[in-house]
Amino acid sequence: MRRGRFTGYWLMLPAVVWLGLFFVIPFLSLLATSLYDPEGSVLTGYDVTYRFANFTDALGEFWQPLWRSLWYAGVATAICLVLGYLLAYAIAFKSGRWRTLLLVLVIAPFFTSFLVRTLSWKLILADDGFIVDALQTVHLMGEDGRLLATPVAVIAGLVYNFLPFMVLPLYASLEKIDGRLIEAAGDLYASPTRGFLKVTLPLSMPGVVAGTLLTFIPAAGDYINARLLGSPNQRMVGNVIQDLFTSTGDYAAAGALSVILMVIIVAMVMVYIRKAGTEELL
Amino acid sequence: MTGLQRAGRWIGDHLVMAAGILVLVYMFVPIAVVMLMSFNDNSDSRNVYAFRSFTLDNWANPCKPDGMCDAVLRSVEIGLLATVVATLLGTLAAFALVRHSFAGRSAINTIIFLPMASPEIVMGSSLLALFVSAGFGGRLGFWTIFIAHVMFCLSFVIVTVKARLAGLDENLEQAAMDLYANESTTFWRITFPLVFPGIAAAALLSFSLSFDDFIITNLNAGQTVTFPMFVWGVSQRGIPMQVNVVGTAMFLISMFLVLGNMLATRKRKLVE
Amino acid sequence: MSLAADSSRSLRLTALTKEFSTFTAVKALDLEIPAGKFFALLGPSGCGKTTTLRMVAGLDVPTSGTIHLGDDEITYAKPYRRPVNTVFQNYALFPHLDIHENVAFGLRRRKAKDVDEQVRAMLELVELEGQARKKPPMLSGGQQQRVALARALINRPEVLLLDEPLGALDLKLRRGMQIEIKRIQTEVGLTFVHVTHDQEEAMTMADTIAVMNSGEIEQMGSPAELYENPRTTFVANFLGQSNLIAGTVSNAGSDVVKVDMQGTQVSIPADRAHVTSGPGWVGIRPEKVLIAPEGEPIDAPGNHMQGGVVTDVSFVGVSTQYLVRMPWGQELMSFEQNTGARGIIPRGTAVDVSWRPEFSFLLPASQDVNAGAVEES
Repeated sequence: MRRGRFTGYWLMLPAVVWLGLFFVIPFLSLLATSLYDPEGSVLTGYDVTYRFANFTDALGEFWQPLWRSLWYAGVATAICLVLGYLLAYAIAFKSGRWRTLLLVLVIAPFFTSFLVRTLSWKLILADDGFIVDALQTVHLMGEDGRLLATPVAVIAGLVYNFLPFMVLPLYASLEKIDGRLIEAAGDLYASPTRGFLKVTLPLSMPGVVAGTLLTFIPAAGDYINARLLGSPNQRMVGNVIQDLFTSTGDYAAAGALSVILMVIIVAMVMVYIRKAGTEELL
Repeated sequence: MTGLQRAGRWIGDHLVMAAGILVLVYMFVPIAVVMLMSFNDNSDSRNVYAFRSFTLDNWANPCKPDGMCDAVLRSVEIGLLATVVATLLGTLAAFALVRHSFAGRSAINTIIFLPMASPEIVMGSSLLALFVSAGFGGRLGFWTIFIAHVMFCLSFVIVTVKARLAGLDENLEQAAMDLYANESTTFWRITFPLVFPGIAAAALLSFSLSFDDFIITNLNAGQTVTFPMFVWGVSQRGIPMQVNVVGTAMFLISMFLVLGNMLATRKRKLVE
Repeated sequence: MSLAADSSRSLRLTALTKEFSTFTAVKALDLEIPAGKFFALLGPSGCGKTTTLRMVAGLDVPTSGTIHLGDDEITYAKPYRRPVNTVFQNYALFPHLDIHENVAFGLRRRKAKDVDEQVRAMLELVELEGQARKKPPMLSGGQQQRVALARALINRPEVLLLDEPLGALDLKLRRGMQIEIKRIQTEVGLTFVHVTHDQEEAMTMADTIAVMNSGEIEQMGSPAELYENPRTTFVANFLGQSNLIAGTVSNAGSDVVKVDMQGTQVSIPADRAHVTSGPGWVGIRPEKVLIAPEGEPIDAPGNHMQGGVVTDVSFVGVSTQYLVRMPWGQELMSFEQNTGARGIIPRGTAVDVSWRPEFSFLLPASQDVNAGAVEES
């Protein structure tokens, strides 16, 4: 089939222009913002003064929420990986005729508003909610103990919100594994555990990598869970950036912090992908 | 095999499934609570955290809370518009990537990949930074939200359609041409129908991403209120139970569509 | 049922060449395929046979050379503008259309009349009348194969191209389909061009076979001609098996060429000797090589050698296959029909070896003795 030499460019053009105008240029603009003179304001306007001190200032002032974000997101991702692997494995190998239905159920939470579901968590974990009541009844928790406004609540919320992002890529890579390979491992005297560790797990690595990235990245930037389920003690970097942009109007600091977050995440992604040896993912 | 081994194997087989189902339950508890609360009568109380008594009022008067239905409508409008534009542009780009050769492919792939790897807060704030520095700071609203939504939906559309298109056997198109179908007939009779499920999935994904987005929207919305922003606003005060009605309705409508489609497919298979 | 066009035209390829960026798939191919014949292009994978077929179908554009159908040049015609249809390797049935619509596809594009009627008749020909409303994935491999055939045949192309059409079927089904396709070709009387790497398939089905290797045609002829009188070591090895023994021409007569082969004088008919002086490979098919325990008579007056030892015996039912080590160290293959006239000769037995001179052939020594010997699947 002979095709026009330029057809590809024409088809590609609108999407690239859109992403260029509204993703690449904004990011460059954010870079510029991060170098603003912090003395400026919406009224007086801003000057790009190449003030690199904005970065050190932001780090000095906000290293705690930044660190907390990475920490919470890391823990949430690890929990998601365990839970998501169990679920994806069950669907891929044990579900038989119920497979499609179970898959639909995995994506079903997407169909209810993210915020409404998180508020629902707030309700479940509330001080007079049934979980706290139950824990207090069996004395696993003191009378004035609470779940809301604790790291546990924020991490539980993160796990809950981003679990489907973990399950779907895991399922996609598990489903591709030929069941006969696992049988062959058994035939070659591997115990089920060794068979899993030596055959199933390595073959599902692309799913593990994609799933962890899809979970970690949005979790690290999220501020809804910290805001609704946590207290100011659980402030994450997202909360800070949001407040700096909307309430404080400190665009220079907000820009610097955004750039720092982006750089950390891209660096982690790069290292992680290289370590996991799945560079073709990019 | 001894009885003990058999029992061990049975447990092993079913343990994974049981654990999987527990995980699913975890995912569904909040949805169940949303459904339950949509029937909660809390008109005499500010306490939104307890189920007091059963009522159908919330379902009968979904638009009672000020501005909620307007917000839902605005989200639907933006969602539909962003879906149409993102699906169209993304599908064209996916065809370009799979079917055509051009220079700068890896740069383009990076530009497509990056929005999916960027935290929403970064994308949202950088768009805001652009709008502000371009002098649009005072004109944030419907169109800036639309622009942002198309932007973050595009990558997902491209990836979804691309996967479907890459899985399409080029022999099928060649077979059609061999059977006297010219280029455009081949496209409309063979290529498009076979890629369509991918395009439909991409559109669905776009709509739900757009409808549900809060972080990016909130930064670029100005005075415009979408449904997630409405929920955010009321979450600081008392949450009207009608929010749960909307949540439940969204869930039921989409499940109805998906399961209905599934059953129809299965039935068609049985008939054949 | 005859589908052949009134004006049967031959397919002619002239100096057809296809270069890809890194290699030349087809090198200046000249080929004329007469109308109404079943023609096979046989060769190992990567020999350029599929590329040749795709250029005839219009799916690949030749780098140079021409393709003619009768007097019309179709070298650069779009696939949908040439009276040629293809049965694709993996059938390429449209998964979203049912069997009836798959078969009707070409007719509908050309706005033919009585489409449904024609489709019914065609499905009857391939014995699938009951499956018309099923989707392709619900059919077995053999059924899908027949749909692909029907979908191409119904358009009454002047040339029908078959690209490894049976490759995906299991052996038994494949043998059945070979006979069926041959029957259909005889019935409809169209020109079939069949690409395959399976020499048995080519010999079963084709009137004429062209053996292709590295983008060129090694030899062309009827199956019997190619088998009995190969002109190259590649053909000798790829089409069946051959014993190739080094020798030197000692006397080239007009009827018979005499060759000194490892100390024995053997004679080869002049029309089968493709070398007339110097060294060469004496070729003999294994089933033409007769053996008998030392001293016992062999019913093959002619080239007679002593001093062989049986080193391997494989009983394969219809025949017994022996390996015999000759005094010069080479192991010769000898296949013997299990007629029951004699018991199996055990391993280690000293044997005499003999073959009739008229069955042997002589090939140039410059050719690689192992060319084409490893058959790919």
